[in-house]
Amino acid sequence: MATQHSRSAARLMMAPAVVLLLGWMLVPLTMTLYFSFRKYLPLRGGDLGWVGFDNYVRFVSSSSFWPSVMTTLIIVGGVLAITVILGIGLAVLLNQPMWGQGMVRILVIAPFFVMPTVSALVWKNMFMDPNYGLLAHLWELFGATPVEWLSQASLTSIVMIVSWQWLPFATLILLTAIQSLDSEQLEAAEMDGAPASKRFAFITLPHLGRAITVVILIQTIFLLSIFAEIFVTTGGAFGTKTLTYLIFQRVLESQNVGLGSAGGVYAIILANIVAIFLMRIVGKNLDA
Amino acid sequence: MARNVTQQRKIINTAAAWAVGLLIFFPILWTILTSFKTEAQAIADPPIFLGFDWTLENYQAVLERSNYSRFLWNSIIIAGGSTILGIIIAVPAAWSMAFVPSKRTKDILLWMLSTKMLPAVGVLYPIYLLFISLGILDSKIGLVIVLMLINLPIIVWMLYTYFKEIPGEILEAARMDGASLKDEVLYVLTPMAIPGIASTMLLNVILAWNEAFWTLNLTAAKAAPLTAFIASYSSPEGLFYAKLSAASTMAIAPILILGWFSQKQLVSGLTFGAVK
Repeated sequence: MATQHSRSAARLMMAPAVVLLLGWMLVPLTMTLYFSFRKYLPLRGGDLGWVGFDNYVRFVSSSSFWPSVMTTLIIVGGVLAITVILGIGLAVLLNQPMWGQGMVRILVIAPFFVMPTVSALVWKNMFMDPNYGLLAHLWELFGATPVEWLSQASLTSIVMIVSWQWLPFATLILLTAIQSLDSEQLEAAEMDGAPASKRFAFITLPHLGRAITVVILIQTIFLLSIFAEIFVTTGGAFGTKTLTYLIFQRVLESQNVGLGSAGGVYAIILANIVAIFLMRIVGKNLDA
Repeated sequence: MARNVTQQRKIINTAAAWAVGLLIFFPILWTILTSFKTEAQAIADPPIFLGFDWTLENYQAVLERSNYSRFLWNSIIIAGGSTILGIIIAVPAAWSMAFVPSKRTKDILLWMLSTKMLPAVGVLYPIYLLFISLGILDSKIGLVIVLMLINLPIIVWMLYTYFKEIPGEILEAARMDGASLKDEVLYVLTPMAIPGIASTMLLNVILAWNEAFWTLNLTAAKAAPLTAFIASYSSPEGLFYAKLSAASTMAIAPILILGWFSQKQLVSGLTFGAVK
């Protein structure tokens, strides 16, 4: 149907986007790869030559490496568990007949639009501050000693803040998926005497499978690189240094670009493993 | 027979949903409320919820810090500029993928998406160096370019999803009538695609406005947008809760309102059409 003329025109129209993204991907990536094999200290002598895999070995054998991987996994895993479980609950709840559903949706989705630096600061000061924070008042109300959230329970705090930001996203997507569920199927099951718990476990949940996978994969990609929430609250102290933050510190704070770049390559590999799974799912959808 | 039961259930559902909704919204509500208190009332023990003397002094104070308006202006330019630039580049690309698909279209789309997954921190220093050598570190144009690039895959995908839904027959009819490619895009496709383009732009403005890795790391005094302005409150000024709240409210209000309008598009945009 398409003529030769329109084909070449189409290629031309695609070119700017493709070329730009290709450049955006290849140029910095090549530089990162290059730096990762060099001893490069911008403030202490600059580029000091080829060191082979030295940076890769040093990055992994540093005492902060495994803790940072653990921290990353705890944050990503914790936030995923909370947002998916609460998200399913909320989506089911919001799908029930009620008054003011639109308004409730607006309330629930709101945190997603709050910029990360604002939500981190608001939580840090106005909720988690051990003296003036609302949570401290709440604890005192029940006669408990207020928790110093960001130092004593730093990881829990970060997981709480980030979950609050991402719960809306999970809820919205799961709700969209639930709404596409055939209600006749549920009604038929109800008539056949299936209790609500069974209807949920055998009809709703399987129907949500794909949406849950999408939520998990997309959130993982964003969560692997959360930055502002840590930058603003603890600055990587109290065991909240993620892989992303560790690399950031190596590159910008200790100005060891070679070492940081090696870390960056590890982060890229990690993200790509996740990405491959996401591509499969999204790719399948393209055919349908 | 089930009338009464359903009515009762509806009441329970409504109460539960509103309770949860308000709980989730509460931190934002609390921030907005606190922004109208005096500093003393903001840290009062026990906390005051509504019975305080409403005041606008915090907004005045924040606005008087002459730099606030500049941060705001930077945010507007960066979010708006990256969105417009992105749309200009993405519309032709999405058009050709949707209407002149080839064997490789799917691969190109997936590859574009994969660039979105490149962890920013992995390429921070190269970008930093490139920006210095191009002289665009701490400049609005630099951030416009970076944010355009990181969001370009999402823009292309969203537009592609919208364009796909436009029936090809209309375009063929236009072609039969002798419309050139340019006419086809400008006069046939664009008017039909306006709603899709508008919501794509909306979502992109939101993403760019809130982006907090590149905006924090590539700016200093000159081009810093609101994300950096708010981050500067982390200490010790963060102790001025009322002013922090006023600044936060002003930083999130425009996007919150835009976001509420585009919540439906958010799903198709951020899941790349994988959930409908």
